[in-house]
Amino acid sequence: MGTGDPLGMESAHTQASGMGGMRAAGDLVARMQMTRRMRLKAAKRYVADKLGCTPRDLSDPLAMEQIRLDNGLGTLPFTSAVHPDEPGMIEAKFNIARILDIPINCVERFKTRARI
Amino acid sequence: MEARIPTRMGDGALVEMTRSEIKADLEEGTQIAAKKARAPELTEDELDHLLDIYASPARFTAVDIGDEVVMTNDGTGTKHIGNRVQDLQTFEQVLGVDIIELWQIDYSYKAVKTNVAHEGQSMKIAQLLCTNPVQYGAMPDLGRYSKPDGPIPNWSELLPMGKIDEARAAQEEAAEMLITDINYVADKMVAAGTDGIDFDTTGAAGDADFLAGLRACRMLREKYPWLGIEIGMASEFVLGMHGQLEFDGERLAGMWPKDQLRMAQQAGASIYGPAVNINTGKSTAWNIARAITFIKPAMEIAEIPVHVNVGMGVGGVPTCVYPPADATSRASKAFVEILKIDGY
Repeated sequence: MGTGDPLGMESAHTQASGMGGMRAAGDLVARMQMTRRMRLKAAKRYVADKLGCTPRDLSDPLAMEQIRLDNGLGTLPFTSAVHPDEPGMIEAKFNIARILDIPINCVERFKTRARI
Repeated sequence: MEARIPTRMGDGALVEMTRSEIKADLEEGTQIAAKKARAPELTEDELDHLLDIYASPARFTAVDIGDEVVMTNDGTGTKHIGNRVQDLQTFEQVLGVDIIELWQIDYSYKAVKTNVAHEGQSMKIAQLLCTNPVQYGAMPDLGRYSKPDGPIPNWSELLPMGKIDEARAAQEEAAEMLITDINYVADKMVAAGTDGIDFDTTGAAGDADFLAGLRACRMLREKYPWLGIEIGMASEFVLGMHGQLEFDGERLAGMWPKDQLRMAQQAGASIYGPAVNINTGKSTAWNIARAITFIKPAMEIAEIPVHVNVGMGVGGVPTCVYPPADATSRASKAFVEILKIDGY
């Protein structure tokens, strides 16, 4: 639960103990906590198994950059600008939903609205 | 003569204390919390570990590689940099948080209701432009339903007049309105693509506020089995403004984090966020020992992720506009290493 008023605490917390979000795989572990109510250890193990890596890799931006590219899970727009054909944002979330085997609300609504 | 170590007070002031003084503050913090919440004091090993973290002059500290936790962040679309969606992207891509949150400055479901179409439009855009999970957050904020802000007689005025039954009835009526509003906003946000709903600062107006959050959570869980639902608390203790309200047959007034967590689990929450407020006149060492003692019994029974509130003025982070990184990182490390929490 949140770091409260957003005046610099996030930078301290993310550097001290954060998984790095989509810079690594924190967003994927967070999705398992949200959709399956998994505690941290189980969520890390689940994501690592799905991606064929170790739980420690999930917080490593170097390891995860390649794993995200290999699986189309989205990278930072700055770096994905060097890979313009890679999935980004909403496109990446289609792949995240499939690989993690979870529903992602905006993906399901995208399919419905686009008549896919 | 014992060396003096720079450390922080609960208001953020930089002071110097000896290792013995910090140790004494840790011991006093855990003793006070244990007595209040009828919880066990921290063990000697845990206090020694906290002493190592807090009796260090280092400017920054961190957990070991591999021990990182998930960062949920309320207040991430704050228009610090550009518009709200640009701020969400900044928190996602520059700061590297894991769950980002769209919100509006009038952080109350009652206020959001009147502006929900605009908020839904922003959520839809955010979902197209962000890879991270994006949740929508606001406070249950039960007090907003009482006069002069709302239509319900003000229970804070009725109670001093001795009108106990009227005050209780007013809170019950307000809670029904709040449950309806939370459902209304959540339904619209789900339609706009949200990944989750955050009930932030739940229980701020006491047990009726907490009850409304729990009942709304259960209703949303039945409608949306996949939805992330986060119940973050306002403080370590549920005030008995009503005093008789129950959820699943259990009285809510007077609940500490362990029982708050049990209720959140039973209601179907995905994530529970305990909050322990800072005593600004005491050291951060005193505050962290007190906070960890309050939350530790909850961690021992947790079946869902626990994301501790560690923002300005809660969870060992000082109450000041720019919380110093030395104090913030110490709190961050302490909760992860002592309590094995699931996130912040």
